[in-house]
Amino acid sequence: MSEDAKPARPAKVPFAPSSRDWLEPTVKFAAGRWSYSAKPKSLRTLEFPNPRDWSPDQPDWKLPDNWKEIILQGLRERMDRFRSLRLFMDCCVRCGACADKCHYFIGTGDPKNMPVLRAELLRSVYRGEMTLAGRLLGRWAGGRRLTPEVLKEWFYYFYQCTECRRCSVFCPFGIDQAEITMLGRELLNLLGLNINWVMEPAAKCFTTGNHLGITPHGLKDNLEFFVDSIEEITGVRVNPSINRKGADVLFVAPSGDLLAEPGIFTLMGYLLVLHQSGLNYTWSSYASEGGNFGMFASHELMKGLNAKIYAEARRLGVKWILGGECGHMWRVAHQYMETMNGPADFLQEPISPITGTHFQNARTTRMVHIAEFTADLIQQGKLKLAPERNDRYRVTFHDSCNPARSMGLLEEPRYILRSTCRHFHEMPAETIREKTFCCGCGAGLGGEECMDLRMRGGIPRAEAVRSVREKYGVNLLSSICAIDRAVLPTLMDHWVPGVGVAGLHELVGNALVLDGEKERTINLRGEPLHEGET
Amino acid sequence: MPDIKPPAHGQDSPVSFPAWRGEGAKALFPLVAVAALVLIAWAGAGLPRLEPLFGIILPYGALLAFLFGMSWRVLSWTRSPVPFNITTTCGQQYSLPWIRSSRIENPHTRWGAAGRVVLEMLLFRSLLRNVRHEWVEGDREGAAPKLVFKSSPGLWLGALVFHYSLLLVLLHHARFFLDPVSGWVTGLEKLDAFFQLGSAAFYVSGVTLILALLYLLVRRWWLPWLRYLSLPADYFPLYLLLGVALTGGMMHYSTRANVPAAKDFCLGLARLRPAGLSGLGPLFYVHLTLACLLLAYVPFSKLAHMVSLPLSPTRNLPGAGRMTRHVNPWNAPVKTHPYAEYENEYRDKMRAAGIPLEKEIP
Ligand code: HEM
Ligand code: SF4
Ligand code: SF4
Repeated sequence: MSEDAKPARPAKVPFAPSSRDWLEPTVKFAAGRWSYSAKPKSLRTLEFPNPRDWSPDQPDWKLPDNWKEIILQGLRERMDRFRSLRLFMDCCVRCGACADKCHYFIGTGDPKNMPVLRAELLRSVYRGEMTLAGRLLGRWAGGRRLTPEVLKEWFYYFYQCTECRRCSVFCPFGIDQAEITMLGRELLNLLGLNINWVMEPAAKCFTTGNHLGITPHGLKDNLEFFVDSIEEITGVRVNPSINRKGADVLFVAPSGDLLAEPGIFTLMGYLLVLHQSGLNYTWSSYASEGGNFGMFASHELMKGLNAKIYAEARRLGVKWILGGECGHMWRVAHQYMETMNGPADFLQEPISPITGTHFQNARTTRMVHIAEFTADLIQQGKLKLAPERNDRYRVTFHDSCNPARSMGLLEEPRYILRSTCRHFHEMPAETIREKTFCCGCGAGLGGEECMDLRMRGGIPRAEAVRSVREKYGVNLLSSICAIDRAVLPTLMDHWVPGVGVAGLHELVGNALVLDGEKERTINLRGEPLHEGET
Repeated sequence: MPDIKPPAHGQDSPVSFPAWRGEGAKALFPLVAVAALVLIAWAGAGLPRLEPLFGIILPYGALLAFLFGMSWRVLSWTRSPVPFNITTTCGQQYSLPWIRSSRIENPHTRWGAAGRVVLEMLLFRSLLRNVRHEWVEGDREGAAPKLVFKSSPGLWLGALVFHYSLLLVLLHHARFFLDPVSGWVTGLEKLDAFFQLGSAAFYVSGVTLILALLYLLVRRWWLPWLRYLSLPADYFPLYLLLGVALTGGMMHYSTRANVPAAKDFCLGLARLRPAGLSGLGPLFYVHLTLACLLLAYVPFSKLAHMVSLPLSPTRNLPGAGRMTRHVNPWNAPVKTHPYAEYENEYRDKMRAAGIPLEKEIP
């Protein structure tokens, strides 16, 4: 691609401090940086407080009279329940190591997007309202009172954090802004200050079992559509089942994979691998969502939505659970699920019936990541692969935040990529693995209305992709997260056009040689296999 | 698609006048406070009636404040439970036997997690990871700027030098509290003191302590974003420490005659038979006062960070969350949507789609 055909590139984003002391709250909401408020209907479904029509850009937020009491009481309760919060309120040395680790700070230059200041927004209130020094000395002790303006500032900046945990990697004490954002949002939720992009999917998940509101018959129709497409492409008819008792394994995927490109190709990949491996598995319509938008509102909602997975596994009598490619779904599965809804003593320790591999690392939660499952199949020689079918792609891999920093699933997907693609190139070391940069749209910030924020937050990732595009001609960004698949295409089109986005199992699905398949001429997207081969 | 223009982010309305960011005041106010403390202590040296205040109440008070304060702090932190295993994993997980897992950065055992904390405390590994972002010009004429990352070990080095120097300097003080002086103290001094400066042994640690403090101070002021976020409480301990270190150095290199008196005073404190401050000049008063205030200040400030790392749940837990059960003591029931209700709502549709049902109610 010639230089002048390139789209607008980010010019240098400078540090842009306010002309005022940061203890003065920011009240102006910049266009494209905030998300629409949640509809009252969703809050009613979930029995969340203060359902009403309101908008963040309007002066009146329609708060209950005792809002201040509610927040301070809520803060005290949470400090008593979470050591993380209590510790993180006290021990930051403001060394600034975390400051430019946040993609939103890099992309906006807004100082309050530095993780340390994002945390200080809450800390300053803790000091000003709850400590002696802060009450006596006020701003000289870094304290301030909780005012409606401060509350607005919280809303603005806690919904400019994707809970990606990159800051926590670099902090000498492991102070995790994602944790502070989660609890800060929990406080905001006590007053009904939430965003629609979180609460509507959560409410749908509560009633229908998934974020997109896919009904049981809808699930069936969608799966049938994929089965037909697969048959057209490969000549093999796969046979997924729903809510079937007697299956060994319950399979749970993010529901995004059921509806939109390119997630649907990933889903076809799951179907192919699971079929070819011969695993006796079932889908569930009741637990048809692995993702968990409850996580972006409160720990209680996270738990309530997540409960369906174990409940369904118990009802169907499966031995263990297999999970699809999704980011925050795996944060929940790896770090919360068993604590919240376990013990999983009604399940068995996961053993792959095909290879006999005992997944020791999942022996308590009893849920295995499909990348672990597939990597094991490949390593044990159980899958026949034709990586040349992916030759039209020069692939790079985006570590999704949660599998990287809340799990450490780094090598499994890389092993699978190297086995299924012949052209795989890593992005610069500072932008992958535990240092990976967020897509800029996680934790519920994927709405159209906050596009400016999304595109800016995605700059570090886009820049890294651009560097491998220029160096190796990379034209496909692979990842293991449903949010990535939903939002990265927009990001790529904006900053690095010509780079597509795919889930890991789409590439597996392309390369996998099925028993009895016809000679394939097109890949799962219906593109000819060999055109544009490099 | 929005039109993303470079810095157009008025994150608040432009306030033209007066643009008060308070940065200078925040940096100066604590300096004034420390200067005032210096003056008070200096003046105190001339008032023999105040000797018990400086010689007895202040040191013991500071020690008690430190001990009780720290215990209270640690108790207040540990009283809150760790409801979830929220390790920040910084390396490959323990999974399939043929994949090498990162035993320190993503430990799967308690021992690994303990090792992670200890190494972090001794080497500040997370700070060593630091990279800063920078926009550089494109390679060619007209090419867009590029976002690059550069290693940035300055803070790591500064902090490491500072903490180890402080440790050494504190250990050297043992010679004032021990009689006879134990072998390890003199051994340490020999290690630290390369050469003599006049009659005094020249301690490397004293100099590196002051240099590191100056570095931390200058860095805080120099970097615009760091200056913007800094609070008086970030400058105060730096000034206080500089005050302690400078007065200590001045005494060490100029007024050595006072050493026996200082030792008597310290031994007296250690043996709970305070010997008084006679024969000790204003410099000693200042040194002692600032040091005691620093000690008393620790538990009630960010300096309490000295004990927080081993308690930090993102660092001190094994990363293998699916391997061991983590119990939440307040795990309370929440609202759910049970399967039975779900089936009641969708039974007809499920039957029509041929999805198995629990209850065949027509
Ligand atoms: C557990 C490991 C520790 C880590 C990771 C750590 C980290 C840091 C960092 C990054 C700073 C620099 C703050 C700045 O930029 O100004 C600092 C300052 C400081 N630390 Fe530590 N520290 C640790 C343990 C300790 C201990 C054990 C002590 C007690 C003797 C201590 C006392 C201080 C003091 C007095 C300062 C300087 C004052 C200041 O800058 O606020 N630290 N520490
Ligand atoms: S890196 Fe940690 S200690 Fe340093 S400013 Fe950020 S949160 Fe505070
Ligand atoms: S968790 Fe991610 S988005 Fe949030 S402050 Fe940290 S780096 Fe920024």
